[in-house]
Amino acid sequence: MEKMVRTVVADEGKVSHPALFAAPLTVYPKAVNGPARMFKWAVLVLCLAVYYLLPWLRWDRGPGRVSQAVLLDLPHRRFYLFNLELWPQDIYVLAGVLILSAVGLFLVTSLAGRVWCGYACPQTVWTDLFMWIERRVEGDRNEHMRRDKGPLTAGKVWRKVIKHTIWFAIAFWTGGAFIMYFVDAPTFTLQFWLGQAATEAYVFTFLFTATTYLLAGWAREQVCTFMCPWPRFQASMLDEQSLIVTYQGWRGEPRGHRKVDAGKPNGAVATAGLGNCIDCLACVHVCPTGIDIRDGVQLECINCGLCVDACNEMMVKTHQPKWLITWDTLAGQKAKAEGRHVPFRFFRPRTLIYAGAMTVGIAVLVTAMATRAQIDLAVQHDRAPLFVKLRDGSIRNGYTVKISNKTQAAAEFVLALRGLDAGAMELADRSGAPASSLVLPVDADNIGTFRVLAFGRPDAAADGSQKIDFVLRNTTTGEQTRYTSVFMGPGAGGS
Amino acid sequence: MPTKIEKDAISGRETTGHEWDGLQELDTPAPKWWLYTFIACIIFAVVYMALFPAIPYGRDYTRGLLNMSSRVAVDDDVKALEAQRAVFMDKIKTTPIEQVKDDPQLLAVATAAGRIAFANNCQPCHGAGGAGRTGYPSLADDTWLWGGTLADIQQTITHGIRSGDDKARGSAMPGFGINSLLNAAQIDAVADYVWGAFYGHAVAGQDLSKGQAVFAENCAVCHGANGEGGRTVGAPPLKSAIHLYGDARETIVAQVTNPRLGVMPAWEKKTNTTGLDEATIKSVAIYVHALGGGE
Repeated sequence: MEKMVRTVVADEGKVSHPALFAAPLTVYPKAVNGPARMFKWAVLVLCLAVYYLLPWLRWDRGPGRVSQAVLLDLPHRRFYLFNLELWPQDIYVLAGVLILSAVGLFLVTSLAGRVWCGYACPQTVWTDLFMWIERRVEGDRNEHMRRDKGPLTAGKVWRKVIKHTIWFAIAFWTGGAFIMYFVDAPTFTLQFWLGQAATEAYVFTFLFTATTYLLAGWAREQVCTFMCPWPRFQASMLDEQSLIVTYQGWRGEPRGHRKVDAGKPNGAVATAGLGNCIDCLACVHVCPTGIDIRDGVQLECINCGLCVDACNEMMVKTHQPKWLITWDTLAGQKAKAEGRHVPFRFFRPRTLIYAGAMTVGIAVLVTAMATRAQIDLAVQHDRAPLFVKLRDGSIRNGYTVKISNKTQAAAEFVLALRGLDAGAMELADRSGAPASSLVLPVDADNIGTFRVLAFGRPDAAADGSQKIDFVLRNTTTGEQTRYTSVFMGPGAGGS
Repeated sequence: MPTKIEKDAISGRETTGHEWDGLQELDTPAPKWWLYTFIACIIFAVVYMALFPAIPYGRDYTRGLLNMSSRVAVDDDVKALEAQRAVFMDKIKTTPIEQVKDDPQLLAVATAAGRIAFANNCQPCHGAGGAGRTGYPSLADDTWLWGGTLADIQQTITHGIRSGDDKARGSAMPGFGINSLLNAAQIDAVADYVWGAFYGHAVAGQDLSKGQAVFAENCAVCHGANGEGGRTVGAPPLKSAIHLYGDARETIVAQVTNPRLGVMPAWEKKTNTTGLDEATIKSVAIYVHALGGGE
C-alpha cells in the first residue's frame, strides 16, 4: 500500500506537466580545419580589421578640415566617407545604401543561402572570435567539457577568469571603436583616458561593451535562434534552387558505425547495407549552434559550413569520397537521389528581379551622387510683415537667404534679382547701398544665412503677389542656381 | 489535463499532451533565460513603481520614494537657464545700447531675447514682425513718429507715449473741429490741400490756396511747411505714402475735427509684477531697430 502511494506521487510529479522552459544547452564547438573554416577566418579578420582600424585612417582634406577618413559628425551634421562628404540634404544616400544592402542580402540569400549568417553577421564574427579565445584558454571541446563537469579546481578558476578578462577587453575595445566613428579617434582616445570625454561617450562605450560581452560571450546561438528576425523571413528568399549546406542523405543513409571485418585483410571494414555516414557526430560537435545537419534544413542552421569541413576529414580517414555534407540545392539533392544531375540555376525570376533592382538602385544612386550640386540656394519670404510700404510709396519685402557652399574653398556668391522692375536689394543690416545684385561671402563647406531686403516700385505686385527669381552664382566655380520666390504688395485694389 | 509525456514518432520531440481530434501539439519550450529576463523585467517594474510616481488615485498619485517630479525638474532647469542668461542680460544692462549692437555675442542674445519679449508684449498692437495696422504704426517701415535710433526706441519703450509716465513722450493735436478752432469749410479746404498736395491725389485746376493758407496758419508749426512732419512733437509726416489712420480723405477730416491720440504704455519695470527690466527693454529696442526701419 505504502509503495503504491509513493509511486502515484512520483508519477504525478514526474509526468503531469511537460517542460514549459528549456534548460540552457551549452554548445562546445570543436575546432576544425578546412576550406570553410579558412574562409570564415579570412572574413573574420577582414571584418574586424576594418571595424577596429578604419576610424584611425587619416584622410587629407586640406588644412583645418576633418582629417578622419570615415567620420559621422553628428554635431556638425556632416558625414565624411573618404572623398565623399554628405550633408543632411543627402540623407537619401543613406536610405539608398540601406535599400541596396537589403536587396543585396536578398540576392545573395536566394543564390547561396544564409552566407551572411554564416560568415559576415557581426553576431557570428564576434561569437566566433570569442569561441576561439575560449578554446585557447579552456581547451578544445573534450577538455573543456571534462573540466566544466569536474570539480572546482584552481586550474578551472584561473582559466575562467582569464577567458572572461580577455572577453571583456575585446568587448571594451569593440564598444570604444564604435564611438570612434562619430568622433575624432585620436582625440577621443586621449580624452577618454583623461576622463574628459563627453558623458554620452562613456555611457555608449559601456553599453556596447556590455552588449558585445553578453551577446558574443553568453548569448551566442541563442541570438540567432530566439532574437533575430532574419532567420524567420529569410525562408521567403530561399527556394529549392538556393545553395544550402546539406547532408546528402541518399548517400549517407543508413548511417552506422563500421565494424572491423575479421575475414578481410588490412582492417577493412564491413560496409554491407550501410551508407557513407559513419555516425561519428563530428558534424554535430563542430556546429556553433549545436544542431545535427543530418536532420535537414532547419531554422538554427547558419550555413557556416564547418560541418562540411569536419565531415570531409572523416571521409578521408575512412577512405570514402568527400563532400557527404556539401553545398547543394534541394532540387539538386532530389535529382541526385534519383540518379540524375541538374545544373545550378543562376538565373531564376527571383534572382533576376533582385539583380535588376540592385542595378537600377546603384545606377540611380551613382547618378545622383555624380550630379550632386555644390551650390544650393533657399529663400524664405518673410511671413510677417508680408510687405512694407515705404514713405515714398515703394514696396519692400524681406527674405531670409540661405546659401550652401559645399565646395572646399571659401567663395563669393553673387545674388541677383530677376523679374522685378527696377528692383533693388540690400542687406538688412544696411552694410551696403541698395543694388541690383549683392556679393555675399560664404566659408568653405558652410551655409551662409543673410537677411535681404528687396525693393520694388509702388506698382509692383499689382495682383498682390508676383513671382521673382533669385539667381545665385559662385564666382569661383561659376556654378549657378536659382530659386523662385514671390514679391508681395498691397495690389491694385489696396492703397 | 495533460496526463503523460509522449514523444512524437517523426520528430522525436515531446508533445504537450494535448489532443484535438487526433492532432497533437509539439512542445517547443522557450529557453529558460527568457523566463529569467521576464522575471527581471517584472522586478524592474516593481522597483520603478516604488521609486517613481506611478499610480494615480483621485486628485493625487503615488509620489515614489525618490520624490521625483518632472515639474520640479523643469523649474530647476528654467532657473539654471535664467542664471546662465543673467550673465549676458547683466552685461546688456550695463553696456550702452550702441555698444551692445557692436558686440556680436551680446547682439545675438539681445536679438533673441528681444524677439520673445516683443512677441509677448508688443505684438498684440504692432503685429508680428512690427507690421503695424491702422492706428498702430508699423515698426518696419522708414517712418518714425518719435525717432528711430536705438536710443529713441529705448526711450519710447521705457516711458511710452501719452502713458502718464513722467518722462512719457506726448503731445496733443488740438481738436480743430470739436473745439471750434476751424469751421467746417476750413476743415474741408485743409483736407483738400493735404489730400491733393501731400497724399498725391491732386486734381488739375483745383484751387488749393485756401486750404494751403489754413494749413500754414494752423498745421505747419508741427507738421512742417511741406508736410515733412516733426519728431519733437511726434507729428507724423503728411507728405508720405504711410498714413497712420488710413489712406482715405475722410480720415484727414476726422483727424482734424476730433483727433485720435494714440497711447503706448510705459514698459519700465516699476513693480515686481509689471513692466520689463532694463536689459529686456534694450533687447526689444535692438530687435525693433533691426526690423527694417532702424536709423
